[in-house]
Amino acid sequence: MENQILTLVTFFPLMGIILLLFVPKTRHDTIKAVSFIVAFINLLWSIWMYAMFDPVASGMQFEVNIPWVSGFGIHYHLGIDGISLLLIMLTTILSTIVMISSWNAIKTGVKGYFISMLLLETGMIGVFVSLDLFLFYVFWEAMLIPMYFIIGVWGGPRKIYAAIKFVLFTMFGSLLMLVALLYLFFMYHGYTGEYTFDMLKMYEMPIPLGAQTYIFLAFALAFAIKVPIWPFHTWLPDAHVEAPTAGSVILAGVLLKMGTYGFIRICLPMFPEATLQFVPLISILAIIGIIYGALVAMVQRDVKSLVAFSSVSHLGFVMLGMFALNLQGMEGSVIQMINHGISTGALFLIVGMIYERRHTRMIADFGGLSKSMPVFSTFFMIVTLSSIGLPFTNGFVGEFLILLGTFASNKVYAVLGATGVILAACYMLWMLQRVIFGKITKPENENLKDLDGREKLVLIPLVILIFWIGIYPKPFLRRMEPAVNDILSRVEQAKVKLAEMENKTDPVVYEDDRQLGTVEIEGE
Amino acid sequence: MEQPLYLIPLFPLIGFLLNGLLLGRLGKKTISFIACTSVGLSFLFGLKFFFDLLSLPDTARIIENVFFTWIPAGQFHVNVAFLLDPLSAVMVLVVSGVSFIIHIYSIGYMHDDAGYGRYFTYLNLFVFSMLMLVLADNYLLMFVGWEGVGLCSYLLIGFWFEKKSASDAGKKAFIVNRIGDFGFLLGMFIIFWQTGSLDFKTALDPAVAHSVFAVGGGMITAATLLMFLGATGKSAQIPLYVWLPDAMEGPTPVSALIHAATMVTAGVYMIARSNVLYMMAPATMAVVAIVGVATAIFAGSIALAQNDIKRVLAYSTVSQLGYMFTACGVAAFSAGIFHLMTHAFFKALLFLGSGSVIHAMAGQQDMRYMGGLKKRMPITFWTFLIATLAITGIPGLSGFFSKDEILWKSFSSDYGSIWIWLIGLITAGMTAFYMFRLVFLTFYGEERMDSHTREHLHESPKVMTVPLSILAVLSVIGGYVGIPHILGGDNRFEKFLEPVMKGVHHSVEGEHALASAAHNGSTELILMVGSVVLVAVFIYLAYHFYIKNIAAAGKLRQRFSGLHKIIYGKYFVDELYNAVIVQPLVVGSKFLWKIFDVLIIDGFINGMAVIIGDMSTGLRPAQSGILRTYTTIFLVGVIVILGIVLIFG
Repeated sequence: MENQILTLVTFFPLMGIILLLFVPKTRHDTIKAVSFIVAFINLLWSIWMYAMFDPVASGMQFEVNIPWVSGFGIHYHLGIDGISLLLIMLTTILSTIVMISSWNAIKTGVKGYFISMLLLETGMIGVFVSLDLFLFYVFWEAMLIPMYFIIGVWGGPRKIYAAIKFVLFTMFGSLLMLVALLYLFFMYHGYTGEYTFDMLKMYEMPIPLGAQTYIFLAFALAFAIKVPIWPFHTWLPDAHVEAPTAGSVILAGVLLKMGTYGFIRICLPMFPEATLQFVPLISILAIIGIIYGALVAMVQRDVKSLVAFSSVSHLGFVMLGMFALNLQGMEGSVIQMINHGISTGALFLIVGMIYERRHTRMIADFGGLSKSMPVFSTFFMIVTLSSIGLPFTNGFVGEFLILLGTFASNKVYAVLGATGVILAACYMLWMLQRVIFGKITKPENENLKDLDGREKLVLIPLVILIFWIGIYPKPFLRRMEPAVNDILSRVEQAKVKLAEMENKTDPVVYEDDRQLGTVEIEGE
Repeated sequence: MEQPLYLIPLFPLIGFLLNGLLLGRLGKKTISFIACTSVGLSFLFGLKFFFDLLSLPDTARIIENVFFTWIPAGQFHVNVAFLLDPLSAVMVLVVSGVSFIIHIYSIGYMHDDAGYGRYFTYLNLFVFSMLMLVLADNYLLMFVGWEGVGLCSYLLIGFWFEKKSASDAGKKAFIVNRIGDFGFLLGMFIIFWQTGSLDFKTALDPAVAHSVFAVGGGMITAATLLMFLGATGKSAQIPLYVWLPDAMEGPTPVSALIHAATMVTAGVYMIARSNVLYMMAPATMAVVAIVGVATAIFAGSIALAQNDIKRVLAYSTVSQLGYMFTACGVAAFSAGIFHLMTHAFFKALLFLGSGSVIHAMAGQQDMRYMGGLKKRMPITFWTFLIATLAITGIPGLSGFFSKDEILWKSFSSDYGSIWIWLIGLITAGMTAFYMFRLVFLTFYGEERMDSHTREHLHESPKVMTVPLSILAVLSVIGGYVGIPHILGGDNRFEKFLEPVMKGVHHSVEGEHALASAAHNGSTELILMVGSVVLVAVFIYLAYHFYIKNIAAAGKLRQRFSGLHKIIYGKYFVDELYNAVIVQPLVVGSKFLWKIFDVLIIDGFINGMAVIIGDMSTGLRPAQSGILRTYTTIFLVGVIVILGIVLIFG
């Protein structure tokens, strides 16, 4: 069983789909119950997996490696490290939560909706467990289809535009990724005579710098669109505004992390030299994203698009920390991926809750909700504060480590990035003020029902996680540390290699640099 | 020594959780019982550990309590751990003591408010955060308290959230503080990457600091300046003071507790705590002293012309905080902390007294509609007068000792100068004037309120007047722990704090400054008498304009109407910030969204889609499905290719 845990967690939601096929499409409650139970059991599997995970071991765990299409060297190769572990946990938690949150929101095509949701869960987990590039690509693309339907069928008024925009943006990136992937495949064959898509083997392949640059760019573009890194972000607000609540939660919570995960799993360890060269570019785009996302979020009129733009800002932090290429920055980056999933997921759930009551998301339509919905407002406040990174909430741990790491690698980047901390307070508190404070000006807001038991059940686990990660992040940080160190050691090797290449032209500098190099290593 | 220090902040946290989670389910008595008892327990535990601390020898007065590992990331490691040394002990006692008194007072003041439970919930959270701030044994945990008190300040300023001005003020406070926190964060980064730790024990060890920083070097100057930026936010100094006057939108006990006695002094505490680092950065010290004294006179001058009783006190607070920073800037950290303590007593008393007045006046805060309250509210009046005498620095009261020490140090210290002293002195004169103006307008003269209000005038209930009386006693005696040598005392307060002020004793100039300060007895006495005389003159002026010859005040105002307009309009700094920062930011952001996002990026992408669509439409006739056309085109193609082959082949 232990060996098959990844297969189980990945494909268990498909079991639910098979079960659902036997339920008549008019039996809505049964459909919902089955989907919830399946997602919940999968959450339990993942918790079991978390418990079995060895927090100090480096390398991949629970590895499975069996040939799939042996002619092309394609393997069913699964395995996780601390980074993927945490992202899988995030996925199973959010998937379970959205099953409850969708209970009343979805009224038409219930069966199709829940099937899409379960399919999506398999796709997402699949991406996080794949260690074979081909398998990775299959899951990456497979995920698109259910999301396309979730936005396109159960979305808002401009759902078709949004769904197509989402798919085209992503497809454009994935096409480049496919080309790069095949290039790698043939290049590996050229080196060793073996056909393989195995990531771990590719890690060891010495790719010449010139080729690395192009392959890095191809992958980076695919991932950048997904993250989204500025200026590839414009699909995001549309997709979020049109998607149903659960779609937004999963989209922001997990799908965006595919991009950042791609960087950390593929770009950094596979093309470390190219990574080093692109540090300035990615960092600057990340900083632009932080500031730009925050500024544009400030002037949004729709709460949902405000949260969407805030995601651009938050994901900018994730990228900035990752490309600090040191332990603090990268750990902060990974923890911030989780944080963003929790906090922004909760924000979308909250927006969904008032939308179900008022059928509007315009900030101007609200005001004074503290009076009519005090419990709701309290949750809203807590989640907002975590989103702006108040200490002892999850957001602080992430942002602090990211900026701390960035400061060590580049002070200017850190100073610029830190302005995002100020701006986040501006747009979030202004929104909060207009929504929950002030006098009730619209009569519709007077007699709104406060949260019911189901809605509290949806938010409480997320609030617990907000404080848990904020106050005691040690278990999470400890589990990702070996993985982060592993990636960083590859980047360090690349640094040495690049330095050597430069030194070959000038032997006099060689001695000096070597000395500097050793001093640096001792310092750490 | 290891002791369970966590017991100090624990109870307010429990109170917060109980009142918060059971909100709406508890009676008023239970709510206030939980809230007040929890803070009372904090004070008692604070006392207990204070005496434990005293029982230790001077040089070993440190109690530690490591709770758990908070953030471990490689070589970065931060604990949730507490530290009680003389400095934090003073802070703990002031914070929990004043908080307790104000909690009791609030029972009366907030009695009829619908948000009673919410109020005490926030208040307990505040006390918890503030205690974390002063007990933290590292910068990051201090930052937790730092932002935590900021959050409570935000919540309590905007307590009456239905009022737009209140929620505006809360938001402003949070955002302005965030600008300061930005500096605090960056300062921490420098400290960590240089010293390898954020623990006070390591980062503030003179040996460590001197091994990684060069005295007067760029790094240490940058770090201390950035931390000071944080202090200007929290402690309302130029340029970030603008949030504090607006913060008066909150309930008056909140103004007393958070925006006068405790939270706003956090910046002073932080700098005094970091004295080792600051003493290594003379340039920063100069900046601190100049900003402090400039804020003191600037805010003092605004207070001269305000009519809202709480606004006068708010600007007065900004001004007095300026004194504390001046003290820090001239390396008289203990004097700053001394003034912090006495100020906590008399300013809390002034605010609570004004609350008592406002309570009686049914919410009226404009002094032009007050007057003659002396006989209506005797306890409020007498306690208020004592606080006023204390803040103006009348000999024998607490404010005299602390303010005088700051003035003397700014004159005599090697870091000070005659100019800093002079500005501080003028500010003392202003303080005397605006405080007595306030007293005369409120408590003397004719009753200018409408008849309805007049009928309802009453002294406040015991639950409010007893706290006033306790604070009045403290405002009188609070200064006697620090009687200067020149008056026959031995400044026990300074001596008590000495082990914490390692920076002062580590630097030669610091020692020298202290030595020279001790030896200039006659000068010190002359300056002291001089400042007392000046204060007396300004009190007389206030008496002249607001009691004896009221018309003269109006005439004066008319004669200097331009100046009055500027001061009354608070130098229009809010308007300036709004025009230079806020508006451009909003307009620029709209531009980014509408023009860049929607027009350029999406325009490009949708344009591509349209182009591809159009091209497809253009090509569509080719796929007509008419066989004859296909054959014709095929034939033409064959002929063309054949021709090419024949001609060029």
